[in-house]
Amino acid sequence: MRILGISAFYHDSAAALVEDGKIVAAAQEERFTRVKHDPRFPKNSIDYCLQEANCALDSVDYVAFYEKPLIKFERLLETYLANAPRGFRSFQMAIPVWVKEKLFQKTGLKKSLKSLEGGDKWNQNILFTEHHQSHAASAFFASPFESAAVLTMDGVGEWCTTSIGRGQGNSLEIERELHFPHSLGLLYSAFTYFTGFKVNSGEYKLMGLAPYGEPRFTQVILDNLIDLREDGSFRLNQKFFNYCTGLTMTNDAFASLFEGPPRKAEDRLTQREMDIAASIQQVTQQVVLRLAREARKTTGEENLCLAGGVALNCVANGELLREGIFENIWVQPAAGDAGGALGAALSTWHQFLDEPRTPLGNHQDNMRGAYLGPSFSQSDIEDRLTKAGGVFEKHAEDSVIAMTADALADGKAVGWMQGRMEFGPRALGGRSILGDPRSPTMQKLLNLKVKFRESFRPFAPSVLREDVAEWFDIDTDSPYMLMVAGVTKDRLRTMTEEENALFGIEKLNVARSEIPAVTHVDYSARVQTVHRETNPRYHALISEFKQRTGCPVIVNTSFNVRGEPIVCSPEDAFRCFMGTDLDMLVVGDCVLRKEDQDPALAQDYKEAFELD
Amino acid sequence: MDFIVELWRFMRARRKFWLLPVIFMLTIFGGLLVLAQGSPVAPFIYSLF
Repeated sequence: MRILGISAFYHDSAAALVEDGKIVAAAQEERFTRVKHDPRFPKNSIDYCLQEANCALDSVDYVAFYEKPLIKFERLLETYLANAPRGFRSFQMAIPVWVKEKLFQKTGLKKSLKSLEGGDKWNQNILFTEHHQSHAASAFFASPFESAAVLTMDGVGEWCTTSIGRGQGNSLEIERELHFPHSLGLLYSAFTYFTGFKVNSGEYKLMGLAPYGEPRFTQVILDNLIDLREDGSFRLNQKFFNYCTGLTMTNDAFASLFEGPPRKAEDRLTQREMDIAASIQQVTQQVVLRLAREARKTTGEENLCLAGGVALNCVANGELLREGIFENIWVQPAAGDAGGALGAALSTWHQFLDEPRTPLGNHQDNMRGAYLGPSFSQSDIEDRLTKAGGVFEKHAEDSVIAMTADALADGKAVGWMQGRMEFGPRALGGRSILGDPRSPTMQKLLNLKVKFRESFRPFAPSVLREDVAEWFDIDTDSPYMLMVAGVTKDRLRTMTEEENALFGIEKLNVARSEIPAVTHVDYSARVQTVHRETNPRYHALISEFKQRTGCPVIVNTSFNVRGEPIVCSPEDAFRCFMGTDLDMLVVGDCVLRKEDQDPALAQDYKEAFELD
Repeated sequence: MDFIVELWRFMRARRKFWLLPVIFMLTIFGGLLVLAQGSPVAPFIYSLF
């Protein structure tokens, strides 16, 4: 039996295909259309999923959509009614969208599905799961656990913004919920907006900025904005927010608490923004920890599954792990709305159809390392690169790995595209840019010359699972780069007095450990453990790099530039390679060196994408 | 027609019959707004829908 899950029409459209309970494919629409956070009907993702399962839509038994539009509409109406006449401008903007399109989403979905291959013969009903049920299902049913507590936190779905549930076997019950407008995701997004970053994409930047600041606003936030209770429940004081009725996230009252108006995008970052970032990060961690304690207490479970946009806050996840509230924590790698497509499909299989669930055992989850997207055969890669004008050499696998390890050890920046594309926002060695973490200049080089992004943003390390404890203060699997851990003490560099006295962004220029390119200013790192079982080629590459350098760690950042979706095809990879200062590109068994390429193929890549 | 049936089922399941006149009025009002303006694209910093 085949179930197609869809998330769409808000942001990060995606599709996922589940066959007899097994996840066959999942991909985000933005990767195909090259439009970041593309919210449109995920035609390309669906086409890909069906192709991966070697079928057309008429052999799909159920289609499941990741949320319930009418309940969302109910929330909108009740919110406008509760606040009337304030909010008229927002109402004036929102209602036409609904009257024209969103109220008729089911009909629209059916029409779009009918236009797909095999769609004319497809005549099944569409199922709708609730937004947080989709998140919870994506977290629990894909996890390695037989039973677990499930915590979901995001901006908002229908009404729910936070939920605590319990999963056992094939059942998943949501036990407690917090409702709109009280939302940890919206609180974090309000600060994302206030510090001048784009809501729904700049949250990572705010998190990355936090270690440069002092959390001097924490008490201000706790005293004014959020009434946080012992059990993790909270209420946001709407006096300071504008998202219910206005077109912005915060208002003047909010600004008066934080020493002035919001920062404008692309304005210089000041110490104030860094302090705000540090403060909201601290508050977020407090909320997450209290919610987790409550989940442990009410469910009695020793395992925890996390999903929802807030679960992508890997600093909070790392803190949760260190606190030891749960024995084991598993975070859905596609924790944002794209993962809702997968959750809707899994929920249909296990909950609606009541099909049994058997975890794989041995701590193995059902996500296959999140490598659920398209792959390209070697001959297809060669054809595509040739058509794109690429000059490449083809080598045996061993040589490809040896040459790449040599280039990395020489300090070169390498584009690495291998196997299936990742599902979720992180590049995990399928579509990655790699570098040498020991180089003190690598972070700046990659940020400014390759990724064209802000120099303060940290990079993450990929480390062999078997070596992780020797380099980082963590000894569990972290295959999805969703846990932050400190670099071990013996790898740290002793700082001079002058270096210790540096403030804010100045801290960036000081090497803090043996692997400075992946050591953030607070000595932490967003660790990805690499496993032979899920990505043997990537594991072999890092092993080879270790053989040359003694270091089982490499820099891993997503294969894209600022504002661009992560590359999907060999052509995307080649374009990005030619538009940036990458030295080498490795696609399958093809190796491309920058000096061999026709310079006329380089384009002004930096301006090609809208800034995120 | 499908939509009316869906809406009826939704109100029964959620026990929100009081929303019916509100939805009716707002839909008419919203329809007028649609006629009065061209594009339904909303310039929200964070649209909650």
